[in-house]
Amino acid sequence: MANDTVLNQNGEQDVWSGAKEPFRASYGKLMMWYFLLSDAFTFAGFLVAYGALRFSVPTWPLPDFVFSTFPGGIHHAPLIFVTVMTFILIMSSVTMVRAVQEGHRENKKGVVFWMLMTIVGGLSFLGCQAWEWTNLIGKENMTIYQNPFGTHTQDGVYLDNEHGVPYAAGEKAETFKAHHTYLIEKVANHDTGKKDWVQRRMKLKDGTETVQQFGPQAFGALFFFITGFHGFHVFSGVVFLTIIMLNVASGLYAQRKNHYEMVEKIGLYWHFVDLVWVFVFLVFYLL
Amino acid sequence: MAELDIEAGKKVVIKGLILLGVVTLVEVFIALFGNGHVIDGFHLPKWLMYPMMIGLSLYKAYFIIFEFMHMKYEVKGLRASVLLPTILLIWAMLALLNEGSAWGNSNAKINKWNTAEPGKKATAPPTKEMK
Repeated sequence: MANDTVLNQNGEQDVWSGAKEPFRASYGKLMMWYFLLSDAFTFAGFLVAYGALRFSVPTWPLPDFVFSTFPGGIHHAPLIFVTVMTFILIMSSVTMVRAVQEGHRENKKGVVFWMLMTIVGGLSFLGCQAWEWTNLIGKENMTIYQNPFGTHTQDGVYLDNEHGVPYAAGEKAETFKAHHTYLIEKVANHDTGKKDWVQRRMKLKDGTETVQQFGPQAFGALFFFITGFHGFHVFSGVVFLTIIMLNVASGLYAQRKNHYEMVEKIGLYWHFVDLVWVFVFLVFYLL
Repeated sequence: MAELDIEAGKKVVIKGLILLGVVTLVEVFIALFGNGHVIDGFHLPKWLMYPMMIGLSLYKAYFIIFEFMHMKYEVKGLRASVLLPTILLIWAMLALLNEGSAWGNSNAKINKWNTAEPGKKATAPPTKEMK
């Protein structure tokens, strides 16, 4: 590029004559950064909407109750499965770093291997998310329209047992505390076989008798929309990683002699997906 | 960016893996410990838990952007043009979270009026009960 440099009257390099890269970054990399900035604003908009809706209702389901199942029929394992998912995503980010490093060393085989590892990580994450969604929709009946995760506003005692039947004589009543979250279950009707919600009757500390209330509807919609949007980013990342990996294997980027810049660009995108997950994890599962 | 030799490269990778992994574990531990899952009935106050978890997440974000995405090797102008606009999000958060709770308070007020007994004036408007 030094040969193309045009000097102006004062003998300085003319920035307007072309052949100069702004911010010493290639066009593609710079535009990837600005795309990621705009995408960050999209995600931030969703997460701020989550916060605004959460602040606008009296109660919100506790994440350590809602997300406490683990494959293999394990319950009461709060946040463990999502921690595993987080580790998978961190691992795939690390293998992506390796792929970019091998690209700088012009090592084609290394790039392909570490990109393949990254794709495996991305697919594992998607598999975990598919399980999580299946469990929430199929077993726990949460959808974008209904949220069976309600939260107690006061201490109190249940008047029915877990199946919604009044306690038998001598059976000890179950008590609950304010701010604890419960799941309203669907139970099959004896005669018709049709599944119906069982909202247990309860007596609150102030003496009122009521039934379990459904949780804020927005919870389900926000959860599926935001984690779904992130999952879609992971999915499209996997698609692009696959295409670029095949191009690497075919020797396309080796010909360009730019240290596999395309791998670097998809690397930026992939790290961004991990970055977004840091905040989705914080907002949905930790806070 | 300077050429990385293979050993230095591996060092960055191992450091990143351990750091992100440990910080995530600490975050999950704070969540479980603070919500009474480690010692039965022991809870940490939210004002203590939340800033810690938010701080650790911001640290993870910093590490991913500066180390993994190589932002620390980019020139100042690029860094500023990508990072500074995110300051606007602080305002979005303050404004909309405040809006959300104002919305909740006015809902609670209207509910109170709607359920007031006929002929009796509802007493002082209740504020939303915060947990």
